[in-house]
Amino acid sequence: MAMADQTASGSFRLSMLIYDTRYRSMTIQIIVLMLFMLGAAWLVDNMLTNLAALGKPLGFRFLSDAAGYDINQRLIEYNSQDTHLRAAVVGLLNTLLVAFLGCVIATVLGVVIGVMRLSKNWIVARLMTVYIETFRNVPVLLWIVFSMAIFIEVLPQPNAFRGDAATASMLFDAFAFTNRGFYLPGPIFGDGSMAVVVVFLLSIVGIYFFGKWAKARQEATGEILPTFWIKLGILILPAVIVHFVMGQPITLEYPELKGFNFQGGIYMRNSLIALLVALSLYTAAFIAEAVRAGIMAISHGQTEAASALGLRPKRTMSLVVLPQAMRVIIPPLISQYLNLTKNSSLAIAVGYMDITGTLGGITLNQTGREMECIMLLMLCYLIISLSISMVMNIYNNSVKLKER
Amino acid sequence: MSDQFYVRTEMLEEQPAPLGQTGILKWSRENLFSSIPNSIMTIVSVVVVAFLLWEFIPWAWQDSWNASSRRECLDSTEITGACWGVITERFNQLMFGFYPHELQWRVLLCFVLLIAAIAPVLFDKLPREMLWFSAIYPFFGYWLLWGGSLWGPIVVIAGFVLGYLVMRLLSQTLGGLAAMILAVLTPLIWWLFFAGAAADILHGIMPVGIEAVKSSKFGGLSLSLIIGIAGIAISFPLGIVLALGRQSDMFIVKTLSVGYIEFIRGVPLITLLFVASVLLNYFMPKGTNFDIILRVVIMVTLFSAAYMAEVIRGGLAALPTGQYEAADALGLDYWQSMQLIIMPQALKISIPGIVGTFIGLFKDTTLVSIIGLLDPIGLTTAIRGDSAWNGIVWELYIFIALMFWVFTFSMSRYSMYLENKLKTTH
Amino acid sequence: MKKSVLLGTIAAVGVLAGAASAGTLDDVKANGVLKCGVSTGLVGFAAPDANGVWGGFDVTFCRAVAAAVLGDSDAVEFVPTTGKTRFTALASGEIDLLARNTTWTFSRDVDLKFTFVGVNYYDGQGFMVRKDLGVTSATELDGATVCIQTGTTTELNLADYFRANGMSYEPVPIETNAEAQQQYLSGACDVYTTDASGLAATRATFEDADAHTLLPEIISKEPLGPLVRHGDDQWGDIARWTLNALITAEELGVTQANLAEMAAGTSNPEINRLMGTEGSLGEMIGLDAEWAQRVIGVAGNYGEVFEANIGESTAIGLSRGLNAQWTQGGLIYSPPFR
Repeated sequence: MAMADQTASGSFRLSMLIYDTRYRSMTIQIIVLMLFMLGAAWLVDNMLTNLAALGKPLGFRFLSDAAGYDINQRLIEYNSQDTHLRAAVVGLLNTLLVAFLGCVIATVLGVVIGVMRLSKNWIVARLMTVYIETFRNVPVLLWIVFSMAIFIEVLPQPNAFRGDAATASMLFDAFAFTNRGFYLPGPIFGDGSMAVVVVFLLSIVGIYFFGKWAKARQEATGEILPTFWIKLGILILPAVIVHFVMGQPITLEYPELKGFNFQGGIYMRNSLIALLVALSLYTAAFIAEAVRAGIMAISHGQTEAASALGLRPKRTMSLVVLPQAMRVIIPPLISQYLNLTKNSSLAIAVGYMDITGTLGGITLNQTGREMECIMLLMLCYLIISLSISMVMNIYNNSVKLKER
Repeated sequence: MSDQFYVRTEMLEEQPAPLGQTGILKWSRENLFSSIPNSIMTIVSVVVVAFLLWEFIPWAWQDSWNASSRRECLDSTEITGACWGVITERFNQLMFGFYPHELQWRVLLCFVLLIAAIAPVLFDKLPREMLWFSAIYPFFGYWLLWGGSLWGPIVVIAGFVLGYLVMRLLSQTLGGLAAMILAVLTPLIWWLFFAGAAADILHGIMPVGIEAVKSSKFGGLSLSLIIGIAGIAISFPLGIVLALGRQSDMFIVKTLSVGYIEFIRGVPLITLLFVASVLLNYFMPKGTNFDIILRVVIMVTLFSAAYMAEVIRGGLAALPTGQYEAADALGLDYWQSMQLIIMPQALKISIPGIVGTFIGLFKDTTLVSIIGLLDPIGLTTAIRGDSAWNGIVWELYIFIALMFWVFTFSMSRYSMYLENKLKTTH
Repeated sequence: MKKSVLLGTIAAVGVLAGAASAGTLDDVKANGVLKCGVSTGLVGFAAPDANGVWGGFDVTFCRAVAAAVLGDSDAVEFVPTTGKTRFTALASGEIDLLARNTTWTFSRDVDLKFTFVGVNYYDGQGFMVRKDLGVTSATELDGATVCIQTGTTTELNLADYFRANGMSYEPVPIETNAEAQQQYLSGACDVYTTDASGLAATRATFEDADAHTLLPEIISKEPLGPLVRHGDDQWGDIARWTLNALITAEELGVTQANLAEMAAGTSNPEINRLMGTEGSLGEMIGLDAEWAQRVIGVAGNYGEVFEANIGESTAIGLSRGLNAQWTQGGLIYSPPFR
């Protein structure tokens, strides 16, 4: 064989591109690349011709035109005279907001439910199974519509808070739960509130270093500090003290019923809450299954060893089982985070103005620029998804079992 | 030995265990009230469940199945809750869309035959000849659903047969790769230039056909199933190719596969459906037109191919390296080892994952309502567009949710059963 | 049909043959079916019944065109479209005609390259509120929460109106009428805004219709009409004159009931021209002489179609108002058949 190869290499023949394993893979790759580029060029050419024929050649100038519509939920300043681009950014931020909050809530719920499903309490375990099977097996679009419908049907309308014969009342005169959303007291930062904020931020840094120190101490002496309470104290006390020393610069603004709506304070819209509830309950069902699988993957010997060491069940869970289970849980968790983010595009069903609602919805309808809008929309989601999987993969690598 | 001493000389009668240690009491003590937190959880759970049922059952338990409009329910004094008449009246529509009544047996037959077509793939014990049926099923199923001349699917199958024959005959004389290229080209030319004419001629000679049904007649749950099943079935070969591409050593092939998979997995299905509904026509030469269901099936296929590829890649990765090495050691080349050793095992491992992908896709088909197709959720808009049922909400949604639940739950249970059955390790 | 069976497979392979298109009229005749874009479901305008048969104000227009062109009012394939997909469906040739209460605007006509063939319903954006709010004018809506049906010109009109009057509001954009209705009824919004016809239709289905009222302000002009693609004038003419035939028939007193009698010949030359017994109008438009008889035969004249689908005798209960004949003080007016 070796002989044959050598003689062949002396004189190159065209057929070697196909039959010689040294060149064949090159040939195949070049053919594939050419086919791919041909196909792509064909599609792009068709698109450009068709768009030109319709009189709307590809271009993004429309993004700098005035949008003309209002958006209720906005994290940055926006009014109807701002550009379509700004409207898209408002939508993008709304997507990120719901995705972030949704992931956090879904994780907490998912872990709790996954653990509860393994509970020894028969009824609790059964209920959690029912919950998981119900939520997993019904399309998320239905859950979103359901949660919105329940939300607006069950909670009282702002009108019910009005007058002497009010049928609903505010909690502590500060919280109003209406079917338009939740109205909560909001802080107003007066003069000198900067100091309070700085102290608060410093205490967060302090907590981090305290945690490190407490861990080092525990490893050195074996003594376990009640870290949670101490951390909580560090978080709250200094800021509160500074707040009073500075003469209470931060005041709370309470929502008040004025005109048609409550005014003042923080307003969490019903669409955001309904969407969050539906997405996180739906995703939590999947996360719970992943958590359960992760916990079951930890051999029983680990739990027994932990109890032999005298750890209480709670500590066994948090110190022995969960950290190990994490390695099994994280990969499915990543894909659930991605799914939640992508499912948040269904926000249009409840009128939450995420990027699909602004860029891919009203902007698209008003400008008639389907091609540009949908391409941009896909690009945004792609970037979000890739960033999430990148961050989570880094985390995954850090908790991976370091094999030596 | 009379100094033996007994405390008791006779055996005691067997006593039943104390009341607290048997039956329901013991069970509930162990399972429900084993500790204080546990008891609290039990009580809370019972209260919650009771409250939900208390609210739901009186609402749902209504004798309103014969109501003919929402107004009738509102005006009736006996009906104080759900107005189920809408389900009675629109049941057929929610199932079959606008598919003609007298032809609905075709849809049912198609789904029944589907089971027969999948069975030999899942169970080795069935005779291998049944695989032939599985192979022609996609064409046959298409013909059953859309109707028309039987010659249509036959000439399409003929293309595949032609390709196979070319491959068989020429691989000896021309060698593998050239024969393969020809085997791909011949059917393409056949389909493009001759198939239509051949079908027309054959139909002229011997007209065999059933009544054609337009795509616009499709709807309801059967539409969701058709889109889901077609998406999964067509994406299966694509997924295999992509999975192999992703594992390939060839840089360009690998990059393209990874790029494709990550792109599709990174965007929501709804944006792809927007592409199907508003953009796909722009990417085709002017004048090309294919109906919206076909466009949706294409995009759904492209979508699920990426997920399928990941499932199959999981199956490939789960195989012990020994299998690859053994195949190499036997002197098999890449395609042979894939075909004979790796794929059969990898696909078997992947079956539960494929079922999982299918369940996900089936649920996601509800999104087609957003682009105006009349799947069950899309039909709710249409039904509420009828002035008799305007304003009806819960009855429809609950019914649809139940429908999906029954399907996906039984499929997921079945997949679990398969998973256990397919385990070859002991 | 044989070709379309194949198309599935051929398309899947990724190779497509472009079908040469002559005129839309020839295509429709060749297919034997009119592809008509309608709404996915809007009370009174377009909705399928329990047997899947579409009915409604817009749907009747599609049927009338099919009757004129193909002689069969059932030879229509109804394609449900959303606010997003309707224009691309028409532009790409997926549908031959769009009858989906679409507002005739400058940019849609000129920039999107469509031809509106006329107005079959004069509408305007209005507001609906609960009576017990005590609001009597839209200018009192400062700070209100407003439910809007999206995907239309509605949100732009609303933003303009509130900005012009220096008022603030909280927009709640909703995709479908059904969800918007639910939010409004449960008090999640104070006001519901969409076309006045839609508001009236929605209000008619409420349990307590009397507890709601439409505010007097109409903040926009929404002339709704069917549309076709730019560039096929013959097809545009057919659609335009089908609509005009319906309107003229009402003006001249031709109804479904007396159609046969009228077709036999009358002393009124315009009726005779419409019925095809005099002149050669049918030939000019590329159809046969009796085309307008078939148009009216589908469901009667404009007035009858209106009454049967959205008129005062139906659950929707719209009065003719602006949509009365010009002779009755309305805006509905057809150029003469001459």
